[in-house]
Amino acid sequence: MIKNFTELIEICRIEKLSIYQVALNQELRLFESSEQAIYEKMEFQLKAMENSVARGLEGVQSHSGLTGGDAKRMAVYLQKEKSLMGKMLAEAVNNAIAVNEVNAAMGIICATPTAGSAGVLPGVLTAIRQEFNLDRKAQLNFMLTAGICGLIIGNNASISGAEGACQAEIGSASAMTAAALVEAASGSPEMSVEAVAIALKNLLGLSCDPVAGLVEIPCIKRNAIGVSNCFTAAEMALAGIKSRIPCDEVVHAMCRIGEMMPEALKETALGGLADTPTARNMRRKIQNK
Amino acid sequence: MSKYRSIFEIIGPVMVGPSSSHTAGAVRIGQIARNVYGKNPAKAIITFYGSFAHTYSGHGTDVAIIAGIMKMETFDPRIPTAYLEAEKAGLAIEIKVSSESVNFPNTAKVELFGDKDYVSVVGISIGGGIVQIININGFDCHITGENPAVLVFHKDVKGRIAAVTNLIAKHEINVSHLEVSRHQKGEIALMILQTDEHVAKHILKEMRKIKDITRVIQVKA
Repeated sequence: MIKNFTELIEICRIEKLSIYQVALNQELRLFESSEQAIYEKMEFQLKAMENSVARGLEGVQSHSGLTGGDAKRMAVYLQKEKSLMGKMLAEAVNNAIAVNEVNAAMGIICATPTAGSAGVLPGVLTAIRQEFNLDRKAQLNFMLTAGICGLIIGNNASISGAEGACQAEIGSASAMTAAALVEAASGSPEMSVEAVAIALKNLLGLSCDPVAGLVEIPCIKRNAIGVSNCFTAAEMALAGIKSRIPCDEVVHAMCRIGEMMPEALKETALGGLADTPTARNMRRKIQNK
Repeated sequence: MSKYRSIFEIIGPVMVGPSSSHTAGAVRIGQIARNVYGKNPAKAIITFYGSFAHTYSGHGTDVAIIAGIMKMETFDPRIPTAYLEAEKAGLAIEIKVSSESVNFPNTAKVELFGDKDYVSVVGISIGGGIVQIININGFDCHITGENPAVLVFHKDVKGRIAAVTNLIAKHEINVSHLEVSRHQKGEIALMILQTDEHVAKHILKEMRKIKDITRVIQVKA
């Protein structure tokens, strides 16, 4: 198993492979399944992602009544108005919101790496695939690249909000998707890893403070910022910008920050946004429902 | 040992929302408990600890565990209405919340009852829908749903571990992890063998014939 990002780049360099090929080889080696089986399973995950985007854009409502309808709102706006951040990024943000509104509504999503952060990768992938001429196989490879980067982050730090706060969920989702985005834009494996480092750094320390303990506020909008951060990091990496702190050290820093953060900011809904007067009111209303 | 091994633990599971640890992970804890029990239970008592205790209702952790006990998958659209499904299937449910301190924030205990059999399974949800079972019937253990595991309840007497491992070796099955725990010397102990591949039924049958072995269960990956 690939232990860290230094090793990942090393293998890509020596064996002249893309990150997705390394990911595929590792999965084949560890589980002795066939290439076809892996792609079929990935296709199942991608279909679930596409369905969740489509459903969210139609407009859904969560059971608590706290969230829903924003993906539809943004889609309507984008059809009428000129987007500030450009069509592709706006669409990615829109689709990420869609997925997480479906998640909050107990709909079916693909956890990537978690349910609370499930919007980032599908948001980006569904918005760029046309522009980048990604055929079906290339889209599945995009997911493989993101997947192995997520594995490395998860094994060296965390992808759990309860353990590492939101930096471990949205931070990881944004970073692993940035690596795949760089690869889709024909960047090198080194650039992908720089994108991981930059994306992760930018969200370090992000608290997990969900209102009323639900995966709704601020989770849905955090997926949107995870998408913007992903594009920003990927674009910088493609320009040749490097993280001054090596990627593996950034991952380690994320792990340490997670350990240092108080329990109140790690999914317990006791601090941060969850402890604002408005949030406390929302919680009371839901409990009395 | 790495926490995550497969890319599909990162890109997945496909699941009913809203939380991979509190919903999908909970389904898996329920599935494993049902597997250990080995048949449909008549009653389930589910106890929540830590973060689960605070937020289980909003995340559907209760319906998720019930769904798992009823052998549903993480993406089964019936999960939100699992209470209703349980009622239809004649499965009685009791939910408890504990303030007892635990080592991991997302911990749940599932107790299943039938005519006379009883099992208790304590699971933790470590993120991304991945779970570990840390206690079965009071025995500490460390199993994930990813590798097949064979649970062997046996009398704590000399030579039982060797008898079981010899049998496994004879059939050329590789054991990746072995743990043994007991309550008291000479009483019932639990041996858990995690294997690289599934152990065939006839081997389990042979294992059950070994002296002082009281029960053998394979928990499927």
